[in-house]
Amino acid sequence: MQLKLKVWRQDGPESTGRFETYDAVDIKPDMSFLEMLDVVNVRLVESGRDPVTFDSDCREGICGTCGVMIDGQAHGPWKGATTCQLHMRAFRDGDTIVIEPWQSAGFPIVKDLMVDRSAFDRIVASGGFISADTGSAPDGNEIPIPKPVADSAMDAAACIGCGACVAACPNSAAQLFTSAKLAHLNLLPQGQAQRFRRTEDMVETMEQFFGSCTNHGECHEACPKEVPLDFIALMNRDYLKSKMKNRKLAGQVFP
Amino acid sequence: MTQTISLDSKVPTGPIADRWNNHKFSVKLVNPNNKRKFTVLVVGTGLAGAAAAASLAQLGYNVKVFTYHDSPRRAHSIAAQGGINGAKNYKNDGDSIHRLFYDTVKGGDFRSREANVHRLAEVSVNIIDQCVAQGVPFAREYGGMLDNRSFGGAQVSRTFYAKGQTGQQLLLGAYQALMEQVGQGTCELHTKVEMLDVVVKDGRACGIVTRDLTTGEVQSHSGHAVLLATGGYSNAFYLSTNAMNSNATAAWRAHKKGAAFANPCYTQIHPTCIPASDEFQSKLTLMSESLRNDGRIWVPKGIDDNRPADQIPEDERDYYLERIYPSYGNLAPRDVSSRAAKRLVDSGHGIGPLHNGVFLDFSEAINRLGEAVVRDRYGNLFDMYQRITDENPYNMPMRIYPAPHYTMGGLWVDYNLMTTVPGLYALGEANFSDHGANRLGASALMQGLSDGYFVIPSTISDYLADLLGDPVVPTTDPEFASAEAGVSDEVQKWLSVGGTRSAEHYHRELGKIVWDYCGMARNRTGLEKALSEIPALRSEFVTNVRIPGDTSVNQELEKVQRVADFFDLAELMCRDALDREESCGGHFREEYQTDEGEALRNDDDFCNVTAWGWTGQPGEPSKHVEPLEFEYVKLTQRSYK
Amino acid sequence: MTATRDKPTAGAGRPSGAQPINKPVRRRSIPLLDLYQTAVGKKWVMAITGLVLMGFVLVHMVGNLKMYVGPADLDSYAQWLKTIGYPLLPKTGAMWLLRVTLLAAFVLHIHSAYSLTRMNQRARPTNYSRRDYIAANFASRTMRWTGTIVALFLLYHLADLTWGWANPDYVYGEVYNNVVASLSNPVVAAFYIVANLALGMHLYHGIWSIFQTVGSMNPRFNPRNNPIRRGVAAAFVIVVIGANITFPLAVQFGIVST
Repeated sequence: MQLKLKVWRQDGPESTGRFETYDAVDIKPDMSFLEMLDVVNVRLVESGRDPVTFDSDCREGICGTCGVMIDGQAHGPWKGATTCQLHMRAFRDGDTIVIEPWQSAGFPIVKDLMVDRSAFDRIVASGGFISADTGSAPDGNEIPIPKPVADSAMDAAACIGCGACVAACPNSAAQLFTSAKLAHLNLLPQGQAQRFRRTEDMVETMEQFFGSCTNHGECHEACPKEVPLDFIALMNRDYLKSKMKNRKLAGQVFP
Repeated sequence: MTQTISLDSKVPTGPIADRWNNHKFSVKLVNPNNKRKFTVLVVGTGLAGAAAAASLAQLGYNVKVFTYHDSPRRAHSIAAQGGINGAKNYKNDGDSIHRLFYDTVKGGDFRSREANVHRLAEVSVNIIDQCVAQGVPFAREYGGMLDNRSFGGAQVSRTFYAKGQTGQQLLLGAYQALMEQVGQGTCELHTKVEMLDVVVKDGRACGIVTRDLTTGEVQSHSGHAVLLATGGYSNAFYLSTNAMNSNATAAWRAHKKGAAFANPCYTQIHPTCIPASDEFQSKLTLMSESLRNDGRIWVPKGIDDNRPADQIPEDERDYYLERIYPSYGNLAPRDVSSRAAKRLVDSGHGIGPLHNGVFLDFSEAINRLGEAVVRDRYGNLFDMYQRITDENPYNMPMRIYPAPHYTMGGLWVDYNLMTTVPGLYALGEANFSDHGANRLGASALMQGLSDGYFVIPSTISDYLADLLGDPVVPTTDPEFASAEAGVSDEVQKWLSVGGTRSAEHYHRELGKIVWDYCGMARNRTGLEKALSEIPALRSEFVTNVRIPGDTSVNQELEKVQRVADFFDLAELMCRDALDREESCGGHFREEYQTDEGEALRNDDDFCNVTAWGWTGQPGEPSKHVEPLEFEYVKLTQRSYK
Repeated sequence: MTATRDKPTAGAGRPSGAQPINKPVRRRSIPLLDLYQTAVGKKWVMAITGLVLMGFVLVHMVGNLKMYVGPADLDSYAQWLKTIGYPLLPKTGAMWLLRVTLLAAFVLHIHSAYSLTRMNQRARPTNYSRRDYIAANFASRTMRWTGTIVALFLLYHLADLTWGWANPDYVYGEVYNNVVASLSNPVVAAFYIVANLALGMHLYHGIWSIFQTVGSMNPRFNPRNNPIRRGVAAAFVIVVIGANITFPLAVQFGIVST
């Protein structure tokens, strides 16, 4: 296959970016999208030019490191797949592919297609955990967890933190990421003690960096793990409760 | 630099079941109020690193943690699929700490320390509890109790799992615990920095030198102790199931500063990966081993058979695992089935466009169970396979082939996880300690978390207690200055080579040598050939590699440093493989096999750990031996017939 | 109960990183006041005021149906509105209560929308050169424009039929005549129809959103693209907007006349 790539190049967070066009020749349909970029980069290096900087690591769709906008879609045209899981058979010979980095004030561009997603870490640091110091745990079967509850917590916990939800959202909102972490921990019995404080802290940290939800649903479509929108609804409800209930008197646990 | 290396394993004495408890009682402690006076540097944020950093910060130590990823959550522990073992005996099927201990020692082909393995089995129980308390959503039964499955040939169900994403969930648990400490200011997180040197002063590790991957700044950090949790070195093979950035640089730089490197030839090849489709392939994808529960593995009986699978009649198919190992069949252990696949592919029975795989066939299972049941069990794996290969595994057999996956070898550590450099520790896959010559399925996660959550928090105080009152070595010390200068010089050296080929090219070439001669099966001739080819390729590499750009964000520069260290390490792997004149676990020397082609150990001469010391030149390591004694497990020949 | 924390920012040792686009929330002693500082809280305000306004457009539409019964009925209905609760409440007391509630709902709804829009613009300083939407539809993407059209129409509508400034034939109290006089002008009638279509779009996405914003966990209404949830939104829009649009058409076609 022969392709034309229109790639966003930007030297640093403060620089102005621009598109540059590269030819990708001898591309095989079985290659992954990132292997295609590897091939282009090796040619750039060996001809003495600066290769395109992009992030990737596990190349099997679980670490959440990779992610670019491909033809206006986060992680490209395949649903439920990360950029590294996208294969070149999704394109036709002669196509021009537009590749851009995630754009959001919360994700400043480091270089070219690489962005800084440390705002996600800050959201987690503000409350995305269950405080259980090492050694303090009771037996694992002490608290039975109904299977459906464990399963939905797992659905929420499947988030890989890639940032596609923010990138795809017209408002750069991080509701799907934040609500997935909240749902994972708020649904489990172990997470009840900190449930409302966690919700308050994480939502308010999120809003320092990201936009607000207008219920477009683009985040779910872009999500490589197809995290459902329901978790945003759960977060909205828990947030209201966190502001309304007198937690000292009501206890932390209520339906 | 030549150091005297003494391999004192510091294994406690007494009955094996009491050793860990007695040891915890006998180590020196640091008073809670004094813990904040100590700074501990943790490199790596996978299961071992994140768990250690979080646990030490909870105890009150000053912790600084470093990762080259943009977030601690990206470490490659996240990609583990299957599960984590825990000797809970929730299934009432006769499991116990002693059985897990026994299975692990035997599975490791009797090349691990009994006391370490027993401790691992003891702690496995606490790990499950700890993870549940953190909110790891392990699979549950309808009654709400934890579910288990059997794994990797074990005869009991002791594997806890969270869908096919157990590693991800365990890592997120450790990451969240770490981020809690970061948020509270008890732990300082440095992302996008790569450790490039360990600083040793007066024989003690006192800090590290890092390079910021965004700004290029070379920085020094000093601490009372340095913990390396930097993973394994499977990427020495270039094509492996490890992540693109997984590397051995931190461990190798520590080795150069005096830490002995143990058993580098013990590498594990996972039998069920998707074969490479072309030479540009950057990595291999692992398919969960659970597929072997229902799939049948076969190759055509004829040589270079190009017919599609469905046109090969039943009597022209060779179900070789069922034929050779009738009792275990398709469930034979990883090393055994990997080697069988290699033998058949090498003798011309390979399938697929490049003749580089074997079939894993589900048609029988689909006929027996129905497509719905198969979809329910393996649907996500089938989807993944179809996405990568564009072949529908419901209609045609999968193509699989073994791929490098895990390295049992690593930095030599004593019972306290300290390397041969005082104050320098190695945790998780980066050390050599618990798996012997072969790792059992679902044990890697267990070992990483055991080291991080439970072992290091108890053993580190033994070293730190003596340092009470000593301030950290200031980063203005000449030792730091010379290490920083070394790192900066190295960076400049790579940027100024100005050759013609990319670092990627040399990595791939190196990987071919290592895979061909030091892969699933090794022999003297091949290893000697590798030992002459690697230095030759290295001298071309250092003069002909091309690194564009400057010291700021420069992924080629990151890569070239890692590849350079892989060259040295690969050479040591081959030397170790040549030196170990026996076959055991992941190390198979063709000269040493039984009549049936199984690994033949030599317990008289090689019931030991080989730890190699750095002498200043790659290819001239000093050899040190730690004998292994087995008091509780009898040495036997593994048999899976 | 309000958590007060002075935690250092996460990611210490990391010089770069995202700069906040919003100030951190100041926790107050009355936690409900916190709510309006945050986007999630503002969305709650939008959902609840949206529900109030939905109630208003529904009742308004039902009341207007009296137009088809005749002038006397519509006028006396208008008169009745002024005397709800009399003599328990003073005359027009209940109506003023409703008016104040509606005004508050409008103000809060519009202010939330405005400040959320500003926040969202800060959150995405650079746009993509190319963007393919999958889930977002015309209604969801045009909320701020349809909302603006409705708000402008509302002002005109008040000036036209409540205050009478914009209607030369306006006579206080003669509701039926005023409506017919106004809507017989084809330009005015067209404006009514356009504004109602905009309102319909706005409601179609807005009603669907309410379920999400107030955290409806009912499995019958979730997950997304659930026919019931979409159906409720569509049914409400068809009934209310459908009826509203008949009014200018009826006047234009002479079905309703003086």
